[in-house]
Amino acid sequence: MSDARAHILARLRTVSLQPPVAVEPEAPPAPALDQAKKVAQLKQRMEAMHAEVILTDRRDWLSALKTALRCRSLNGLLYAPHTAIGAALAEVWEDGLPPLVPYEQSVEDCKEQLFNIDAGITSTQGGLADVGALILWPTPDEPRLMSLAPAVHIAVLEASKIHPSLTDAILQEHWAEGMPTNALLISGPSKTADIELVLTFGVHGPKELIVLVLDDC
Amino acid sequence: MTEIAVDFPKNFKKALGDGQLRRNLRAAMDTLGMRRRTLFSDVEAFEKLRERGDAIRQRALRQLPELLERLEQKCTENGIQVHWAETPAEANAICLDIIQRHHATRVIKGKSMVSEEIHLNHFLDERGIEALETDLGEYIIQLEHETPSHIIVPAIHKNRDQIATLFHEKIPNTPYTEVVEELNAIARQVLREKFFAGEIGVSGVNFAVAETGTLCLVENEGNGRMCTTAPPVHIAIMGIEKVVEKLEDVPPLLRLLTGSATGQLITTYFNMISSPRKPGEKDGPKEVHLVLLDNGRSKIWADPDLRHTLKCIRCGTCLNHCPVYTRLGGHAYGYVYPGPIGSILTPQIEGLKNAGAMATASTFCGACEEVCPVKIPITDILRRLRNESYDKDETAHSVKDHGYKLNATESLTWKGWAFSNATPWINALNAKLLGVIGPQLPKLPAVGIIKQWGQSRALPSFATKSLHVLAKEKGIRDE
Repeated sequence: MSDARAHILARLRTVSLQPPVAVEPEAPPAPALDQAKKVAQLKQRMEAMHAEVILTDRRDWLSALKTALRCRSLNGLLYAPHTAIGAALAEVWEDGLPPLVPYEQSVEDCKEQLFNIDAGITSTQGGLADVGALILWPTPDEPRLMSLAPAVHIAVLEASKIHPSLTDAILQEHWAEGMPTNALLISGPSKTADIELVLTFGVHGPKELIVLVLDDC
Repeated sequence: MTEIAVDFPKNFKKALGDGQLRRNLRAAMDTLGMRRRTLFSDVEAFEKLRERGDAIRQRALRQLPELLERLEQKCTENGIQVHWAETPAEANAICLDIIQRHHATRVIKGKSMVSEEIHLNHFLDERGIEALETDLGEYIIQLEHETPSHIIVPAIHKNRDQIATLFHEKIPNTPYTEVVEELNAIARQVLREKFFAGEIGVSGVNFAVAETGTLCLVENEGNGRMCTTAPPVHIAIMGIEKVVEKLEDVPPLLRLLTGSATGQLITTYFNMISSPRKPGEKDGPKEVHLVLLDNGRSKIWADPDLRHTLKCIRCGTCLNHCPVYTRLGGHAYGYVYPGPIGSILTPQIEGLKNAGAMATASTFCGACEEVCPVKIPITDILRRLRNESYDKDETAHSVKDHGYKLNATESLTWKGWAFSNATPWINALNAKLLGVIGPQLPKLPAVGIIKQWGQSRALPSFATKSLHVLAKEKGIRDE
């Protein structure tokens, strides 16, 4: 340990006078929303941020996905073969769709491929209704760059996992007991307003975000 | 490294005379203010949220030493390497050491005000290490060899024509275009190669959560995620005041930050990093370093009034609402942090002699305080700094260079004024003399202090008779 640590902490410990404790107002109670309302709110907010939100269900999501892919010209779809979504994709994939490309090696061995593939598909940990965002907890099977490097990010969201707010998600899912390596909130395709505050979409992250909401999950 | 000898009057004159700058700023500041008002249109709910934000930040600061130790412990448990730096030089040396240990020469950076504070780019550049800014605004000003003029929108002083010319001249084989989408695409293409090749990623930290050892980053572009995900090593730099106690403290602060900064409910990305790549994980940096920088903060913290400065969450909304900033822009202030927050923070870090003049760049209208999401009493602190500029008496919490403005002429003038007012016959004589000399004053050639004072003000014309005399003539009893 360097001296800096000791010096800084020593300075912070010599204080003689603490200001009075500030009164902390209670957090307002989260609005009670049923699933349909949460889905509607998330859809509306995310679409306002230029995400494409498709309401579907367990039976139809694969065909909804195929339709979305067919109307785009994509060189491949990065997927996680060892997840439930990955298994479902592999089972029904067919010619005429962008080829499925598994993310199975570590980034050092496939960086070029990751940076050149057009699309990636991931699951989600949940969603936030009040702000319109997805929660992602990348895993060894579904790594971090899948939702970042490809120009199109497709996310599958189970409607029952939509929380009213971030506070609610943190408390209900006991995040404080153990955070993953990386947790993310994503509210749309990447954007910037750094030139004259003109909002443009598709900067360093994905240019498109497609959310498949499974309404019966 | 400290910037010294900032010529404020010259800077201010130059900025005020720059019509293009003023038009660029005006449009942007009005828009940002309007977006914020739209988001926080429920005034009552916003006030409640502000009170919570204020209280959360105060609670965190009350326990600062304990929270820093807990943060260090949690991060260490998670595999993040924690470093402490008292000065910018120490922080830079820590970064350099990490970079050199990895034999790296290509550093990619996410937007970080604290890295500007320590002048990391310049430091690395001098040692042959390329530190490339990847936030679009930061990238633009780095091409121009400028510093950010705003905490949130660093290139806001430039318009699209100026950026079009800059890209055309500085990026090889780039045609001139004023279409914002095309300019954006050019930057995307250039920087994508850099993300691919970057060996070290550097970022700031918006909130660090002591409870879980989590570093939170707020952004829209995805460059922050790139810098903290693609390279094998990530260095995060933060001021020691950025720590919060619990994960559940984050949501209200996040709402206040994005709403105040740009009027957004939430940014595109909220990136929470709690560890380096774990065994079995396929990407993410193998090493994550956290540099905790003091640079005068522990001294600010020790004073219960000045401590409020450290509640700041760097939303930049005080800049957008300041009648001085919106006319000058950030560069005229001469330091990294401009506007109201810069005017209270910088003199405390750099000392009053160097930066105390910043505290005078205020009209005391209080707009900054009215919009501050964590209720920093900015005008009280400005007044404190102005007072300290004349206060020679040393206390435990005196700001560096206190009393630097005190001079013999001014002391003598005030002493004379006090004496005159306490001595009735001298006061009467003075009033009479001023009645005669006063009306002549504006006709005399203005020199010295009168000239300086009168540059932006009309000199007062004195009445020939004092109130005292007038009252007496009207027969009002003089007691």
